[in-house]
Amino acid sequence: MGKLTSFFKSNIRQYGMVIALLFIMLFFQVITGGILFKPMNVTNLVLQNSYVLILGVGMLLCIVTGNVDLSVGSVVAFVGAVSAVLMIDLKIPVVAGVFLTLLIGLMVGSFHGFFIAFLRIPPFIVTLAGMLIFRGLTMVILKGQTKAPFDKSIQNIAAGFIPGDWHIGGLNGIAIVIGIVMSILFVVSQLNSRAKKKKYDFEVLPIGLEIAKITLIVVAINLLTFNLAAYNGIPIVLILLGVLIFIYTFITQRTIAGRHIYALGGNEKAARLSGVKTQKVMFWVYANMGFLAAIAGLVVAGRLNAATPKAGTNFELDAIAACYIGGASASGGVGTVVGTIVGGLVMGVLNNGMSILGVSVDWQQTIKGLVLLGAVCFDVYTKSRNTSR
Amino acid sequence: MAEIILEMKEITKNFTGVRALDRVSLTVFDDEIHALVGENGAGKSTLMKVLSGVYPHGSYEGTIYFKGKECQFRDIRDSEHMGIVIIHQELALIPYLSIAENIFLGNEQAKNGVINWDETVAKAKQILKKVGLDENPNTLIADIGVGKQQLVEIAKALSKNVQLLILDEPTAALNDEESNKLLDLLVELKGHGITSILISHKLNEITKVADSVTVIRDGRVIETLQNDKRSLDEDRIIKSMVGREIVDRFPKRSVEIGEEVFRVEGLTVHDPNNEDRQVIKNVSFNVRKGEVVGFAGLMGAGRTEIAMSIFGKSYGIHHRGKIIKNGRELRINTVPEAIEHGIAYVTEDRKNYGLVLIDDIRTNVSLASLKSVSTFTVIDENRETQIANEYRDKLKIKCASLSQKVENLSGGNQQKVVLGKWIMANPDILILDEPTRGIDVGAKYEIYTIINKLAAEGKAILMISSEMPELLGMCDRIYVITEGQIVGELSRHEASQEAIMKKIIEHQKLSRQRISA
Repeated sequence: MGKLTSFFKSNIRQYGMVIALLFIMLFFQVITGGILFKPMNVTNLVLQNSYVLILGVGMLLCIVTGNVDLSVGSVVAFVGAVSAVLMIDLKIPVVAGVFLTLLIGLMVGSFHGFFIAFLRIPPFIVTLAGMLIFRGLTMVILKGQTKAPFDKSIQNIAAGFIPGDWHIGGLNGIAIVIGIVMSILFVVSQLNSRAKKKKYDFEVLPIGLEIAKITLIVVAINLLTFNLAAYNGIPIVLILLGVLIFIYTFITQRTIAGRHIYALGGNEKAARLSGVKTQKVMFWVYANMGFLAAIAGLVVAGRLNAATPKAGTNFELDAIAACYIGGASASGGVGTVVGTIVGGLVMGVLNNGMSILGVSVDWQQTIKGLVLLGAVCFDVYTKSRNTSR
Repeated sequence: MAEIILEMKEITKNFTGVRALDRVSLTVFDDEIHALVGENGAGKSTLMKVLSGVYPHGSYEGTIYFKGKECQFRDIRDSEHMGIVIIHQELALIPYLSIAENIFLGNEQAKNGVINWDETVAKAKQILKKVGLDENPNTLIADIGVGKQQLVEIAKALSKNVQLLILDEPTAALNDEESNKLLDLLVELKGHGITSILISHKLNEITKVADSVTVIRDGRVIETLQNDKRSLDEDRIIKSMVGREIVDRFPKRSVEIGEEVFRVEGLTVHDPNNEDRQVIKNVSFNVRKGEVVGFAGLMGAGRTEIAMSIFGKSYGIHHRGKIIKNGRELRINTVPEAIEHGIAYVTEDRKNYGLVLIDDIRTNVSLASLKSVSTFTVIDENRETQIANEYRDKLKIKCASLSQKVENLSGGNQQKVVLGKWIMANPDILILDEPTRGIDVGAKYEIYTIINKLAAEGKAILMISSEMPELLGMCDRIYVITEGQIVGELSRHEASQEAIMKKIIEHQKLSRQRISA
């Protein structure tokens, strides 16, 4: 038992926010009289928050280097406007249009990255300028007006579901199957890595905890897919999000590039003297942010089924908040993709739950601000306790 | 006989595991210039930090009497209040404030919180006259040279009604003309009743202006020499500074030294902040297989700059010269290229340049050689952990687990993590910059043992150290470096502390003559 408490103590930062998220969900589930977890609302939660989560993934990398990107909201709008011009005005085929749009996002990110990495202009300033530049260009391109409608397939990215009319007892069969397949893959991969660690004779979680953890996640996966199945099935954007989370978790946790980003954020000078190409890393972090902003831009455009000059306003702040709530450190070097997703969900559930309750937008802002502050205080507190021990 | 202004009695100061000062007593008389000499790390700066309240009362043992009264300073403000002002080696001036603003920083000429600028400037002018600095008080600090900045520091001290002025290496960054001016000023201030304690490595300056000289070695006072008749000579001081038997503090090494593996020819590098200044001037040296070669010299001699220039041009601009390994000239422009060619550099400043403090031991150890534990850039964490574990055992890193953050390790263990990182990179040439700085005696011995093992494995080792006994105990050959040049090469049996010091001082004399000629 002592082992267990000490385990939780040393991992409280990691799991604290997950537990907080569970509590927030439970709270709203009860207080909204069960509306929060109604199949339609769960689907809505996914659709509403997808773009902030996509932005959060890219933002996390910027924050791990010890900086932020303020331009993403404007880039989202800009990319939406460009894609509208390409696909609505110029009638370029959808595939080519999407490809060009993503390329433009990458170029916008590279533009920031160039000034940040090679001219050594502080990222705050570069992306603040980018925020103004691309918001301005959006208005120039759209001449202050809204462009619509997009092709059906673009709409589907944001609002569509995996097609298929196969039902199991009134539930969408594909969603159920995906849930089960994902669960099996997850269990197998966890057991596999545990076995490998044992082979090397490394420390592993106590078996009871391991089982509890796996069970909890399997239940969560299946609850989600079950709920989605009871409505329209799996949203396409959820697949997109899942793939991005998987890829970026892999990059940050398992590859040399990821390790270099964390080292750079932890101590740039030491990283450079250890052979990390710090300028290159900085450049690609910001280029990547532009790329992910372009994906988010397409999702937003598809969701609104229009490109509007005001799209993406304040998205950068939501993305940054998601990272910090998810345990990233403002001074760099610390933070995980999964944490950011949890942080983003905390915000998303708060938004959604308060909306159901009819809390006015002004109060929603205030409460979100307080949650951000509280989360970071909690983080700082546990950190100082950990080091003083 | 003049009166005693300061008496420090039986001062003992411990850092975790290290005794920095051991029952040190120091007596300074009124109206004298009292010099404090000793090698780097002997305890001079620590003693002065105790005196000025940087280390507050209670963090050391012993008593301090200033003007006959016992003092228990809690911080610098306390000591300044009594008229004790310390001027550190790194100047504490704000570059983008004016001279006048800097002089009265923290001591603003204000009424109810509103600064009276006329009075500030007028008073600043008076004080500047006293120190002989002919500058407009509104000039920014950034726009005047280091020599003048030093005078502003003294002016700042005078504005606080200083009675005892402590100067830590005030002339280290100055040229001879500026140094002379500064020393003349100290003599003049003495005439106005201001006592000074002068810490310096430049013995010629000390014999010129100091009235008495206290020698500190290994945290103990060796002796206090009188120089009121200016009859003290430098050799006498050197003897006292270094005169010690070297006991068996260094593990033995019996390694067959092989052929030359590494050679640097005519390396010249310019200051990145001042293009015209050559920091490294035409430096050539070589290292052989299994050999430990030392770089001796005082702080600021340019040893670190040489090492970092070789290591992927990490320092300086306009590099010239050749780097040759195994007879082939290397083109190295970046750190990754240097690592690729088997060169590793263990920094002197492990916290700022060596470690990612917030990361754990495993990721720090593997940082420079991630390629070797990954396939297609995907890291095999299990193999990484296994290798990190090996280094932990080999280097005897004391830690709770590999996932312990390095910021929570002791200095010696942190140093071992840095060493582990570079040993894992498997270099042929290992440059160690102050490998034992700030770590305790036991850890030092372990690090020496590691160095010997590496030499026995056939690595060529270049060791920079300010602790001469360490160089003498560990190196097969020693290059003496001063002012960015190699001024001597000593084999193991030629090398002694006196010989090294002499080379440095000879060079200083020579360059002085050249300037005056």
